Amino acid sequence: MATPSLVEPTRRDFLYLATGAVAVVGAGAVAWPFINQMNPDASTLALASTEVDIAPIAEGQSITVKWRGRPVFVRHRTAKEIEEGKAVPLSDLVDRAARNPNIDGGDTADATDQNRAAAGKEQWLIMIGTCTHLGCVPLGQAGDYDGWFCPCHGSHYDTAGRIRKGPAPENLHIPPYAFTNDTTIRIG
Amino acid sequence: MSGHSTYNPQNPVLKWFEARLPIVGLIHSSFVAYPTPRNLNYWWTFGAILSVMLGVQIITGVVLAMHYTPHVDLAFNSVEHIMRDVNYGWLLRYMHANGASMFFIAVYIHMFRGLYYGSYKAPREVLWMLGVVIFLLMMATGFMGYVLPWGQMSLWGAIVITNLFSAIPIVGEYVTTWLWGGFSVDNPTLNRFFSLHYLLPFMIAGVVGLHIWALHVTGQNNPTGVEVKSTSDTVAFTPYATLKDGFAVVCFFIFFAWFIFYTPNYLGHADNYIRANPLQTPAHIVPEWYFLPFYAILRAIPSKLGGVVAMFSAIIVLFFLPWLDTAKVRSAKYRPLYRYFFWIFVVVCILLGYIGASPPEGLYITVGRLLTAYYFLHFLVILPVLGLVEKPLPLPASITEAVLGPNHGGVSVVPSSSAAAPERRA
Repeated sequence: MATPSLVEPTRRDFLYLATGAVAVVGAGAVAWPFINQMNPDASTLALASTEVDIAPIAEGQSITVKWRGRPVFVRHRTAKEIEEGKAVPLSDLVDRAARNPNIDGGDTADATDQNRAAAGKEQWLIMIGTCTHLGCVPLGQAGDYDGWFCPCHGSHYDTAGRIRKGPAPENLHIPPYAFTNDTTIRIG
Repeated sequence: MSGHSTYNPQNPVLKWFEARLPIVGLIHSSFVAYPTPRNLNYWWTFGAILSVMLGVQIITGVVLAMHYTPHVDLAFNSVEHIMRDVNYGWLLRYMHANGASMFFIAVYIHMFRGLYYGSYKAPREVLWMLGVVIFLLMMATGFMGYVLPWGQMSLWGAIVITNLFSAIPIVGEYVTTWLWGGFSVDNPTLNRFFSLHYLLPFMIAGVVGLHIWALHVTGQNNPTGVEVKSTSDTVAFTPYATLKDGFAVVCFFIFFAWFIFYTPNYLGHADNYIRANPLQTPAHIVPEWYFLPFYAILRAIPSKLGGVVAMFSAIIVLFFLPWLDTAKVRSAKYRPLYRYFFWIFVVVCILLGYIGASPPEGLYITVGRLLTAYYFLHFLVILPVLGLVEKPLPLPASITEAVLGPNHGGVSVVPSSSAAAPERRA
């Protein structure tokens, strides 16, 4: 086997190889439906958006709504929290990306307080309430930075939901949302 | 398990059958005439205990599946239905839930026995690696089974463990969505976990078959670590090993029954009797006890990807153990230094379990990091170096000599002195 064969490849060799190649492609084509069936189905994908009335949420209060099976925090921030959020220099942040699909740049924009809060309504902070570490729901108004604290593995988020300390790699993600009027938001 | 079977049926029907499918002969040579070292101690009975526990889990699991409903709205209630309405449902469920813990107790003893007596060394590397594969399958099965009652710990355990895969760079998010069948752990996840939880034990049974096959090719290790050299070193599997294993299984069942009948929820979490709520994480979330050392390693590393890599490495390193341990002598009985390091390692594993159950704050984090470092140090530094610097005690010439004293065995039956000489080497 070590010495190259001197015999010319025949048409039969080609046919063997071609048949084998077709079999491999066929096996792959059959495997795909079995793999892809585990991806989200049509009914899961259809659960796209949720409307939330935010009028009853007073300053300093927050609510949690369910969107795509996940908790979404809607927080009416106090002036103090906004000040704290704005006072943080970008150089102090673990994750400098805004994680906000509602602004230009989305993932690459700077994680300033302005880029995290709702556009033009800085008192409103709307985020997916799953820790970016391993998916627990952080507790509100807790931790070393006055924001959120995840009890599972000890991640601390600040008043703009940015990761400051602990094992989580990213800021709390912001879902796509829009204000349909001054007191209603549509998430998704 | 060498040469032809010693099975010689006289009955004409059995003769006819044996000539067509020699399965009775296979059973005879594997479990009746099979020679086992005469000096095996009770630590060697855990293989049989594990086989029996696999059977217990499969039988109780199959009947529980007749009453369980894998749906997020119905699962929790169907488990309560099993506990309250199904005839002996409480017994079957407690057998299955505690059986999982017993399975892990037995497998950890079985693995530490292998570590102590060097059972992973040549020529038993493949046997050991198949065991690690079984361990991984057991972990996957245990994890998915714990999700099925759909209590708070079920849901949040599933969320935390499946999120481990989101640490994979670039494709992590696609992988978790694919595992979940949605954007969070929800009904599709529960449904597929049930399907896989039913499948995996049969895969374990298949690998157990390979494990036993590999065992019967190389023969069993034994407390001296000296290979079998003559028939005087062995006894027949039946009745010696069968009855000894049977006695050990009965003793183990007493321990098992104590949990089932006197403290059936001791090894579980009270929080799992609260229906799953995706909007609220329990204040103190911990996995089942048998995952705690690995959970402690996960939390010791202050980086998401780093923690996940360390946790999986803690198991993957076991695959390389046969080559990391450079010592030629197998048994810790003849390795004066390794003996100490073995027990230090056992204590480190137990402490890691304690740290895994503690909250991730203050001193627990520091201690967890030190223990994690030691865990890897044991495999990657201590074992390779120890084999080079340690001076082992003199080995007995044979198993028979180890049992009956130097005037027996290894004298007349050893084919040549050169075969025994390497074992004498210090």
